[in-house]
Amino acid sequence: MLIAWYVLTTATQIIAPTRFPAPREVWDALRQIALTGYADARLHGHILHSVKLVLMGFAVAVATGVPLGLAMGWSRRIEALANPAFLLIRPIPPLAWIPLAIVWLGLGDAAKVLVIWFAAFVPSVINSYAGVRAIEPHMLEAARMLGIGRWTLVREVLVPGAAPMIFTGLRLSMQACWTTLVAGELIGAAAGLGRVLSQGALDIFPAMILVGMVGVAFAGGVMTWALGWIELRAMPWRR
Amino acid sequence: MSLRLLSLIGLVAFFGLWTLIALSGLVQPRFLPTPLAVARQFVELIEKPFVGYTLQVHLLSSLGRFAMGFGLAVAVGVPLGLLMGWFRRLDAIVTPLFDALRFVAPIAWVPFAALWFGTGIGGPVLIIFTGAFPPCVINAYRGAKFVEPRFIEAARMLGVGHVRMVTEVLLPASVPSIVAGLRISAGLGWQSLIGAELIVASSGIGYLMVKGQSNISTAIVMSGMIAIGIVGVAIDVALRALQARIERHRQ
Repeated sequence: MLIAWYVLTTATQIIAPTRFPAPREVWDALRQIALTGYADARLHGHILHSVKLVLMGFAVAVATGVPLGLAMGWSRRIEALANPAFLLIRPIPPLAWIPLAIVWLGLGDAAKVLVIWFAAFVPSVINSYAGVRAIEPHMLEAARMLGIGRWTLVREVLVPGAAPMIFTGLRLSMQACWTTLVAGELIGAAAGLGRVLSQGALDIFPAMILVGMVGVAFAGGVMTWALGWIELRAMPWRR
Repeated sequence: MSLRLLSLIGLVAFFGLWTLIALSGLVQPRFLPTPLAVARQFVELIEKPFVGYTLQVHLLSSLGRFAMGFGLAVAVGVPLGLLMGWFRRLDAIVTPLFDALRFVAPIAWVPFAALWFGTGIGGPVLIIFTGAFPPCVINAYRGAKFVEPRFIEAARMLGVGHVRMVTEVLLPASVPSIVAGLRISAGLGWQSLIGAELIVASSGIGYLMVKGQSNISTAIVMSGMIAIGIVGVAIDVALRALQARIERHRQ
Protein backbone atom coordinates (compact mmCIF):
# COMPACT_ATOMS: atom_id res chain seq x y z
CA MET A 1 0.00 0.00 0.00
CA LEU A 2 2.64 2.49 1.08
CA ILE A 3 4.78 1.58 -1.89
CA ALA A 4 1.87 1.96 -4.29
CA TRP A 5 1.15 5.36 -2.74
CA TYR A 6 4.75 6.47 -3.26
CA VAL A 7 4.90 5.17 -6.83
CA LEU A 8 1.60 6.71 -7.90
CA THR A 9 2.17 10.15 -6.42
CA THR A 10 5.92 10.72 -6.36
CA ALA A 11 7.82 8.45 -8.70
CA THR A 12 5.41 8.43 -11.64
CA GLN A 13 3.06 11.31 -10.73
CA ILE A 14 0.09 9.46 -12.22
CA ILE A 15 -1.99 11.14 -9.53
CA ALA A 16 -1.48 14.89 -9.61
CA PRO A 17 -0.24 16.41 -6.33
CA THR A 18 -3.18 18.84 -6.31
CA ARG A 19 -5.54 15.86 -6.12
CA PHE A 20 -3.86 13.61 -3.63
CA PRO A 21 -0.74 14.43 -1.61
CA ALA A 22 2.53 12.55 -1.82
CA PRO A 23 3.98 10.94 1.35
CA ARG A 24 6.64 13.65 1.60
CA GLU A 25 4.04 16.46 1.57
CA VAL A 26 1.96 14.73 4.21
CA TRP A 27 5.01 14.42 6.44
CA ASP A 28 5.79 18.11 5.95
CA ALA A 29 2.18 19.06 6.66
CA LEU A 30 2.23 16.94 9.82
CA ARG A 31 5.44 18.62 10.96
CA GLN A 32 4.01 22.04 10.20
CA ILE A 33 0.81 21.54 12.18
CA ALA A 34 2.51 19.75 15.05
CA LEU A 35 5.39 22.20 15.48
CA THR A 36 4.30 25.62 14.26
CA GLY A 37 0.54 25.25 14.00
CA TYR A 38 -2.13 25.60 11.35
CA ALA A 39 -5.57 27.25 11.46
CA ASP A 40 -4.67 29.15 14.66
CA ALA A 41 -3.53 26.20 16.76
CA ARG A 42 -1.17 23.28 16.89
CA LEU A 43 -2.26 19.71 16.29
CA HIS A 44 -2.68 18.71 19.91
CA GLY A 45 -4.69 21.89 20.53
CA HIS A 46 -7.14 21.01 17.75
CA ILE A 47 -7.47 17.42 18.92
CA LEU A 48 -7.96 18.39 22.56
CA HIS A 49 -10.55 20.97 21.59
CA SER A 50 -12.57 18.42 19.58
CA VAL A 51 -12.25 15.70 22.20
CA LYS A 52 -13.28 18.09 24.98
CA LEU A 53 -16.49 19.07 23.15
CA VAL A 54 -17.35 15.45 22.38
CA LEU A 55 -16.85 14.41 26.00
CA MET A 56 -19.00 17.29 27.25
CA GLY A 57 -21.89 16.56 24.89
CA PHE A 58 -21.52 12.84 25.48
CA ALA A 59 -21.59 13.24 29.26
CA VAL A 60 -24.76 15.35 29.13
CA ALA A 61 -26.41 12.84 26.78
CA VAL A 62 -25.51 9.88 29.00
CA ALA A 63 -26.66 11.70 32.12
CA THR A 64 -30.06 12.43 30.57
CA GLY A 65 -30.53 9.54 28.13
CA VAL A 66 -29.63 6.53 30.26
CA PRO A 67 -31.94 7.43 33.19
CA LEU A 68 -34.79 8.17 30.79
CA GLY A 69 -34.24 4.86 29.00
CA LEU A 70 -34.08 2.97 32.30
CA ALA A 71 -37.27 4.66 33.51
CA MET A 72 -39.05 3.89 30.23
CA GLY A 73 -37.98 0.27 30.45
CA TRP A 74 -38.98 -0.01 34.08
CA SER A 75 -42.40 1.63 34.10
CA ARG A 76 -44.97 1.17 31.37
CA ARG A 77 -46.56 4.44 32.43
CA ILE A 78 -43.42 6.49 31.95
CA GLU A 79 -42.92 4.73 28.63
CA ALA A 80 -46.43 5.63 27.49
CA LEU A 81 -45.91 9.22 28.58
CA ALA A 82 -42.51 9.79 27.00
CA ASN A 83 -42.68 7.55 23.94
CA PRO A 84 -44.77 9.69 21.55
CA ALA A 85 -42.48 12.71 21.80
CA PHE A 86 -39.45 10.45 21.58
CA LEU A 87 -40.78 8.71 18.46
CA LEU A 88 -41.23 12.09 16.79
CA ILE A 89 -37.63 13.11 17.48
CA ARG A 90 -36.00 9.76 16.79
CA PRO A 91 -36.06 9.67 12.94
CA ILE A 92 -34.30 13.04 12.65
CA PRO A 93 -30.61 12.32 12.01
CA PRO A 94 -28.17 14.06 14.39
CA LEU A 95 -26.60 16.08 11.60
CA ALA A 96 -29.97 17.62 10.78
CA TRP A 97 -29.92 19.37 14.18
CA ILE A 98 -26.84 21.37 13.22
CA PRO A 99 -28.64 24.24 11.41
CA LEU A 100 -31.12 24.55 14.27
CA ALA A 101 -28.34 24.67 16.84
CA ILE A 102 -26.58 27.35 14.79
CA VAL A 103 -29.74 29.46 14.59
CA TRP A 104 -30.19 29.15 18.35
CA LEU A 105 -26.66 29.39 19.65
CA GLY A 106 -24.42 30.56 16.81
CA LEU A 107 -21.19 28.99 15.67
CA GLY A 108 -19.60 28.68 19.11
CA ASP A 109 -18.91 25.70 21.32
CA ALA A 110 -22.36 25.77 22.94
CA ALA A 111 -24.09 24.92 19.65
CA LYS A 112 -21.75 21.98 19.15
CA VAL A 113 -22.35 20.57 22.61
CA LEU A 114 -26.10 20.88 21.99
CA VAL A 115 -25.89 18.96 18.71
CA ILE A 116 -23.65 16.28 20.22
CA TRP A 117 -26.11 15.90 23.04
CA PHE A 118 -28.94 15.27 20.57
CA ALA A 119 -26.76 12.91 18.55
CA ALA A 120 -25.92 10.75 21.54
CA PHE A 121 -29.27 11.03 23.30
CA VAL A 122 -31.31 8.73 21.04
CA PRO A 123 -29.00 5.66 21.11
CA SER A 124 -28.50 6.07 24.88
CA VAL A 125 -32.24 6.01 25.51
CA ILE A 126 -33.06 3.17 23.10
CA ASN A 127 -30.37 0.83 24.36
CA SER A 128 -30.95 1.48 28.05
CA TYR A 129 -34.63 0.82 27.45
CA ALA A 130 -33.89 -2.40 25.56
CA GLY A 131 -31.44 -3.39 28.29
CA VAL A 132 -34.04 -3.18 31.04
CA ARG A 133 -36.56 -5.05 28.89
CA ALA A 134 -34.02 -7.81 28.32
CA ILE A 135 -33.67 -8.54 32.04
CA GLU A 136 -35.35 -11.81 32.79
CA PRO A 137 -38.63 -11.29 34.65
CA HIS A 138 -37.84 -13.89 37.29
CA MET A 139 -34.81 -11.86 38.35
CA LEU A 140 -37.08 -8.92 39.05
CA GLU A 141 -39.59 -11.14 40.82
CA ALA A 142 -36.89 -12.70 42.94
CA ALA A 143 -35.64 -9.26 43.89
CA ARG A 144 -39.14 -8.18 44.80
CA MET A 145 -39.73 -11.29 46.86
CA LEU A 146 -36.67 -10.45 48.88
CA GLY A 147 -38.36 -7.17 49.62
CA ILE A 148 -35.59 -4.86 48.54
CA GLY A 149 -36.30 -1.18 48.25
CA ARG A 150 -36.85 0.79 45.09
CA TRP A 151 -33.41 2.39 44.91
CA THR A 152 -31.62 -0.79 45.81
CA LEU A 153 -33.51 -2.47 43.01
CA VAL A 154 -32.40 0.17 40.51
CA ARG A 155 -28.81 0.04 41.71
CA GLU A 156 -28.40 -3.69 42.22
CA VAL A 157 -30.65 -5.21 39.56
CA LEU A 158 -31.67 -2.80 36.81
CA VAL A 159 -28.38 -1.06 36.11
CA PRO A 160 -26.17 -4.17 36.18
CA GLY A 161 -28.73 -6.18 34.21
CA ALA A 162 -29.01 -3.52 31.53
CA ALA A 163 -25.30 -2.69 31.53
CA PRO A 164 -24.26 -4.72 28.45
CA MET A 165 -26.93 -3.08 26.32
CA ILE A 166 -26.21 0.33 27.83
CA PHE A 167 -22.59 0.04 26.79
CA THR A 168 -23.59 -1.00 23.27
CA GLY A 169 -25.66 2.17 23.20
CA LEU A 170 -22.78 4.24 24.52
CA ARG A 171 -20.50 2.95 21.78
CA LEU A 172 -23.05 3.89 19.13
CA SER A 173 -23.50 7.24 20.85
CA MET A 174 -19.79 7.89 20.84
CA GLN A 175 -19.56 7.27 17.11
CA ALA A 176 -22.55 9.48 16.41
CA CYS A 177 -21.00 12.22 18.60
CA TRP A 178 -17.74 12.14 16.77
CA THR A 179 -19.28 12.27 13.28
CA THR A 180 -21.58 15.07 14.33
CA LEU A 181 -18.80 17.12 15.86
CA VAL A 182 -16.64 16.85 12.77
CA ALA A 183 -19.59 17.94 10.63
CA GLY A 184 -20.31 20.83 12.99
CA GLU A 185 -16.69 21.96 12.93
CA LEU A 186 -16.58 21.71 9.15
CA ILE A 187 -19.50 24.11 8.96
CA GLY A 188 -17.88 26.62 11.22
CA ALA A 189 -15.55 26.59 14.20
CA ALA A 190 -12.67 28.50 15.75
CA ALA A 191 -10.62 25.38 16.48
CA GLY A 192 -10.80 21.63 16.24
CA LEU A 193 -10.06 18.93 13.69
CA GLY A 194 -13.02 19.91 11.51
CA ARG A 195 -11.53 23.41 11.33
CA VAL A 196 -8.26 21.91 10.07
CA LEU A 197 -10.22 20.06 7.37
CA SER A 198 -12.22 23.06 6.25
CA GLN A 199 -9.18 25.36 6.30
CA GLY A 200 -7.26 22.76 4.29
CA ALA A 201 -10.11 22.67 1.77
CA LEU A 202 -10.15 26.47 1.50
CA ASP A 203 -6.39 26.61 0.97
CA ILE A 204 -6.52 23.63 -1.43
CA PHE A 205 -3.90 21.93 0.72
CA PRO A 206 -4.52 18.17 0.20
CA ALA A 207 -1.69 17.09 2.50
CA MET A 208 -3.21 19.01 5.41
CA ILE A 209 -6.65 17.56 4.65
CA LEU A 210 -5.15 14.10 4.87
CA VAL A 211 -3.46 14.96 8.16
CA GLY A 212 -6.82 16.19 9.46
CA MET A 213 -8.52 12.96 8.39
CA VAL A 214 -5.87 10.86 10.07
CA GLY A 215 -6.37 12.99 13.19
CA VAL A 216 -10.12 12.34 13.06
CA ALA A 217 -9.59 8.60 12.67
CA PHE A 218 -6.95 8.51 15.40
CA ALA A 219 -8.91 10.48 18.01
CA GLY A 220 -12.12 8.56 17.20
CA GLY A 221 -10.28 5.27 17.51
CA VAL A 222 -8.70 6.21 20.84
CA MET A 223 -12.05 7.25 22.30
CA THR A 224 -13.75 4.05 21.16
CA TRP A 225 -10.90 2.06 22.64
CA ALA A 226 -11.10 3.98 25.92
CA LEU A 227 -14.82 3.27 26.14
CA GLY A 228 -14.14 -0.43 25.58
CA TRP A 229 -11.59 -0.31 28.39
CA ILE A 230 -14.09 1.33 30.74
CA GLU A 231 -16.67 -1.27 29.72
CA LEU A 232 -14.34 -4.09 30.77
CA ARG A 233 -13.63 -2.38 34.10
CA ALA A 234 -17.28 -1.58 34.75
CA MET A 235 -18.49 -5.11 34.19
CA PRO A 236 -15.86 -7.36 35.74
CA TRP A 237 -18.32 -10.24 35.82
CA ARG A 238 -18.40 -10.34 32.02
CA ARG A 239 -14.77 -11.28 31.65
CA MET B 1 -55.42 5.25 33.90
CA SER B 2 -55.03 3.56 30.56
CA LEU B 3 -51.68 3.66 28.81
CA ARG B 4 -53.16 5.10 25.65
CA LEU B 5 -54.49 8.07 27.57
CA LEU B 6 -51.03 8.61 29.07
CA SER B 7 -49.53 8.56 25.59
CA LEU B 8 -52.03 11.18 24.52
CA ILE B 9 -51.15 13.27 27.55
CA GLY B 10 -47.47 12.95 26.71
CA LEU B 11 -48.07 14.11 23.16
CA VAL B 12 -50.29 17.00 24.23
CA ALA B 13 -47.77 18.01 26.88
CA PHE B 14 -44.95 18.01 24.32
CA PHE B 15 -46.74 20.25 21.84
CA GLY B 16 -48.45 22.24 24.61
CA LEU B 17 -45.16 23.07 26.30
CA TRP B 18 -43.61 23.99 22.98
CA THR B 19 -46.55 26.28 22.11
CA LEU B 20 -46.53 27.83 25.59
CA ILE B 21 -42.83 28.67 25.46
CA ALA B 22 -43.22 30.04 21.94
CA LEU B 23 -46.20 32.19 22.88
CA SER B 24 -44.85 33.34 26.24
CA GLY B 25 -42.58 35.88 24.61
CA LEU B 26 -39.52 34.52 26.42
CA VAL B 27 -37.99 33.71 23.06
CA GLN B 28 -38.52 35.51 19.79
CA PRO B 29 -40.87 33.74 17.37
CA ARG B 30 -38.19 33.54 14.72
CA PHE B 31 -36.07 31.48 17.09
CA LEU B 32 -38.91 29.29 18.33
CA PRO B 33 -42.07 29.37 16.21
CA THR B 34 -45.21 27.60 17.41
CA PRO B 35 -45.88 24.10 16.02
CA LEU B 36 -48.70 25.59 13.98
CA ALA B 37 -46.37 28.15 12.42
CA VAL B 38 -43.95 25.37 11.48
CA ALA B 39 -46.77 23.39 9.87
CA ARG B 40 -47.84 26.49 7.94
CA GLN B 41 -44.24 27.05 6.81
CA PHE B 42 -44.03 23.42 5.73
CA VAL B 43 -47.11 23.78 3.51
CA GLU B 44 -45.80 27.07 2.16
CA LEU B 45 -42.48 25.44 1.20
CA ILE B 46 -44.41 22.80 -0.74
CA GLU B 47 -46.41 25.43 -2.60
CA LYS B 48 -43.89 28.22 -3.11
CA PRO B 49 -40.25 27.78 -4.19
CA PHE B 50 -37.57 28.66 -1.64
CA VAL B 51 -33.96 29.20 -2.82
CA GLY B 52 -34.94 28.17 -6.32
CA TYR B 53 -37.14 25.14 -5.81
CA THR B 54 -40.11 23.86 -3.87
CA LEU B 55 -39.61 21.40 -1.02
CA GLN B 56 -40.50 18.40 -3.19
CA VAL B 57 -37.94 19.32 -5.83
CA HIS B 58 -35.23 19.78 -3.17
CA LEU B 59 -36.16 16.38 -1.77
CA LEU B 60 -36.07 14.81 -5.22
CA SER B 61 -32.57 16.08 -5.93
CA SER B 62 -31.47 14.78 -2.53
CA LEU B 63 -33.07 11.42 -3.23
CA GLY B 64 -31.39 11.25 -6.65
CA ARG B 65 -27.97 11.74 -5.04
CA PHE B 66 -28.87 9.26 -2.34
CA ALA B 67 -29.92 6.63 -4.91
CA MET B 68 -26.62 7.07 -6.79
CA GLY B 69 -24.38 6.91 -3.74
CA PHE B 70 -26.30 4.07 -2.14
CA GLY B 71 -26.55 2.15 -5.41
CA LEU B 72 -22.83 2.50 -5.97
CA ALA B 73 -22.08 1.37 -2.41
CA VAL B 74 -24.26 -1.73 -2.86
CA ALA B 75 -22.89 -2.49 -6.33
CA VAL B 76 -19.28 -2.32 -5.12
CA GLY B 77 -19.61 -3.31 -1.47
CA VAL B 78 -21.69 -6.48 -1.71
CA PRO B 79 -19.52 -8.22 -4.35
CA LEU B 80 -16.38 -7.11 -2.51
CA GLY B 81 -17.69 -8.52 0.76
CA LEU B 82 -18.63 -11.83 -0.87
CA LEU B 83 -15.27 -12.15 -2.59
CA MET B 84 -13.49 -11.34 0.67
CA GLY B 85 -15.51 -14.09 2.30
CA TRP B 86 -14.35 -16.59 -0.32
CA PHE B 87 -10.77 -15.64 -1.22
CA ARG B 88 -8.57 -15.62 1.89
CA ARG B 89 -5.84 -13.63 0.17
CA LEU B 90 -8.16 -10.80 -0.84
CA ASP B 91 -9.42 -10.75 2.73
CA ALA B 92 -5.87 -10.42 4.05
CA ILE B 93 -5.11 -7.53 1.68
CA VAL B 94 -8.34 -5.54 2.04
CA THR B 95 -9.21 -5.98 5.72
CA PRO B 96 -6.37 -3.89 7.25
CA LEU B 97 -7.01 -1.08 4.79
CA PHE B 98 -10.73 -1.28 5.38
CA ASP B 99 -10.36 -1.23 9.17
CA ALA B 100 -8.13 1.81 8.99
CA LEU B 101 -10.56 3.70 6.74
CA ARG B 102 -13.59 2.79 8.82
CA PHE B 103 -12.43 5.00 11.67
CA VAL B 104 -12.57 8.04 9.42
CA ALA B 105 -16.02 9.54 9.86
CA PRO B 106 -17.74 9.73 6.44
CA ILE B 107 -18.17 13.43 6.88
CA ALA B 108 -14.40 13.91 7.10
CA TRP B 109 -14.27 13.03 3.40
CA VAL B 110 -16.06 16.26 2.54
CA PRO B 111 -12.94 18.31 1.67
CA PHE B 112 -11.55 15.62 -0.62
CA ALA B 113 -14.97 14.98 -2.15
CA ALA B 114 -15.26 18.65 -3.01
CA LEU B 115 -11.70 18.74 -4.33
CA TRP B 116 -12.11 15.67 -6.53
CA PHE B 117 -15.69 15.81 -7.71
CA GLY B 118 -16.93 19.33 -7.07
CA THR B 119 -20.02 20.36 -5.16
CA GLY B 120 -22.68 19.48 -7.74
CA ILE B 121 -23.49 15.79 -7.74
CA GLY B 122 -20.15 13.99 -7.50
CA GLY B 123 -19.05 15.37 -4.11
CA PRO B 124 -22.21 14.53 -2.15
CA VAL B 125 -22.43 11.14 -3.88
CA LEU B 126 -18.93 10.26 -2.66
CA ILE B 127 -19.89 11.16 0.92
CA ILE B 128 -23.01 8.99 0.76
CA PHE B 129 -20.90 6.22 -0.67
CA THR B 130 -18.38 6.40 2.18
CA GLY B 131 -21.24 6.32 4.69
CA ALA B 132 -23.14 3.45 3.07
CA PHE B 133 -20.19 1.31 1.95
CA PRO B 134 -18.92 -0.32 5.19
CA PRO B 135 -22.17 -2.05 6.27
CA CYS B 136 -22.58 -3.47 2.73
CA VAL B 137 -19.10 -4.99 2.82
CA ILE B 138 -19.25 -6.19 6.42
CA ASN B 139 -22.62 -7.89 6.12
CA ALA B 140 -21.89 -9.55 2.77
CA TYR B 141 -18.57 -10.74 4.24
CA ARG B 142 -20.20 -12.13 7.37
CA GLY B 143 -22.92 -13.76 5.29
CA ALA B 144 -20.34 -15.47 3.10
CA LYS B 145 -18.18 -16.52 6.07
CA PHE B 146 -21.02 -18.17 7.93
CA VAL B 147 -22.46 -20.20 5.08
CA GLU B 148 -22.96 -23.74 6.34
CA PRO B 149 -19.81 -25.71 5.46
CA ARG B 150 -21.82 -28.65 4.14
CA PHE B 151 -23.18 -26.49 1.31
CA ILE B 152 -19.67 -25.50 0.32
CA GLU B 153 -18.47 -29.08 0.54
CA ALA B 154 -21.40 -30.33 -1.52
CA ALA B 155 -20.73 -27.70 -4.18
CA ARG B 156 -17.05 -28.60 -4.19
CA MET B 157 -17.85 -32.27 -4.64
CA LEU B 158 -19.89 -31.33 -7.68
CA GLY B 159 -16.82 -29.58 -9.06
CA VAL B 160 -18.15 -26.02 -8.90
CA GLY B 161 -15.60 -23.35 -9.87
CA HIS B 162 -14.76 -20.13 -8.01
CA VAL B 163 -17.17 -17.94 -9.96
CA ARG B 164 -20.19 -20.20 -9.55
CA MET B 165 -19.29 -20.80 -5.92
CA VAL B 166 -19.60 -17.08 -5.20
CA THR B 167 -22.67 -16.36 -7.33
CA GLU B 168 -24.65 -19.56 -6.76
CA VAL B 169 -23.70 -20.71 -3.27
CA LEU B 170 -22.41 -17.78 -1.23
CA LEU B 171 -24.68 -15.07 -2.61
CA PRO B 172 -28.04 -16.82 -2.06
CA ALA B 173 -26.98 -18.05 1.36
CA SER B 174 -25.97 -14.58 2.53
CA VAL B 175 -29.03 -12.69 1.31
CA PRO B 176 -30.60 -12.22 4.78
CA SER B 177 -27.37 -10.82 6.16
CA ILE B 178 -26.93 -8.59 3.11
CA VAL B 179 -30.43 -7.16 3.37
CA ALA B 180 -29.94 -6.45 7.07
CA GLY B 181 -26.77 -4.62 6.05
CA LEU B 182 -28.68 -2.62 3.45
CA ARG B 183 -30.94 -1.20 6.13
CA ILE B 184 -28.02 0.00 8.23
CA SER B 185 -26.28 1.23 5.13
CA ALA B 186 -29.30 3.20 3.89
CA GLY B 187 -29.67 4.87 7.29
CA LEU B 188 -26.02 5.90 7.39
CA GLY B 189 -26.10 6.97 3.74
CA TRP B 190 -29.11 9.19 4.30
CA GLN B 191 -27.41 10.79 7.32
CA SER B 192 -24.21 11.39 5.41
CA LEU B 193 -26.18 12.96 2.59
CA ILE B 194 -27.64 15.52 4.98
CA GLY B 195 -24.18 16.29 6.30
CA ALA B 196 -22.75 16.63 2.82
CA GLU B 197 -25.55 18.90 1.68
CA LEU B 198 -25.17 21.13 4.71
CA ILE B 199 -21.57 21.77 3.68
CA VAL B 200 -21.31 21.34 -0.09
CA ALA B 201 -24.36 21.53 -2.32
CA SER B 202 -26.35 24.02 -4.31
CA SER B 203 -29.69 22.26 -4.03
CA GLY B 204 -31.27 19.56 -1.92
CA ILE B 205 -32.90 19.39 1.46
CA GLY B 206 -29.70 20.10 3.40
CA TYR B 207 -29.08 23.19 1.29
CA LEU B 208 -32.62 24.38 2.01
CA MET B 209 -31.89 24.08 5.73
CA VAL B 210 -28.62 25.99 5.44
CA LYS B 211 -30.43 28.81 3.66
CA GLY B 212 -33.15 28.77 6.28
CA GLN B 213 -30.42 28.97 8.90
CA SER B 214 -28.73 31.97 7.30
CA ASN B 215 -32.14 33.70 7.05
CA ILE B 216 -32.55 32.94 10.77
CA SER B 217 -35.84 31.22 10.03
CA THR B 218 -36.29 28.42 12.55
CA ALA B 219 -39.57 27.46 10.87
CA ILE B 220 -37.79 26.64 7.59
CA VAL B 221 -35.06 24.70 9.40
CA MET B 222 -37.66 22.70 11.33
CA SER B 223 -39.65 22.01 8.15
CA GLY B 224 -36.47 20.61 6.64
CA MET B 225 -35.91 18.42 9.70
CA ILE B 226 -39.46 17.08 9.44
CA ALA B 227 -39.03 16.29 5.74
CA ILE B 228 -35.72 14.52 6.43
CA GLY B 229 -37.31 12.48 9.20
CA ILE B 230 -40.24 11.44 7.01
CA VAL B 231 -38.06 10.39 4.07
CA GLY B 232 -35.65 8.54 6.37
CA VAL B 233 -38.52 6.55 7.86
CA ALA B 234 -39.96 5.89 4.39
CA ILE B 235 -36.64 4.46 3.16
CA ASP B 236 -36.39 2.21 6.21
CA VAL B 237 -39.99 1.02 5.84
CA ALA B 238 -39.38 0.14 2.20
CA LEU B 239 -36.26 -1.87 3.04
CA ARG B 240 -38.00 -3.58 5.93
CA ALA B 241 -40.78 -4.64 3.54
CA LEU B 242 -38.12 -6.05 1.22
CA GLN B 243 -36.57 -7.91 4.14
CA ALA B 244 -39.92 -9.39 5.20
CA ARG B 245 -40.70 -10.46 1.64
CA ILE B 246 -37.34 -12.20 1.26
CA GLU B 247 -37.75 -13.99 4.57
CA ARG B 248 -41.20 -15.21 3.55
CA HIS B 249 -39.86 -16.32 0.20
CA ARG B 250 -37.13 -18.40 1.82
CA GLN B 251 -39.42 -20.41 4.03
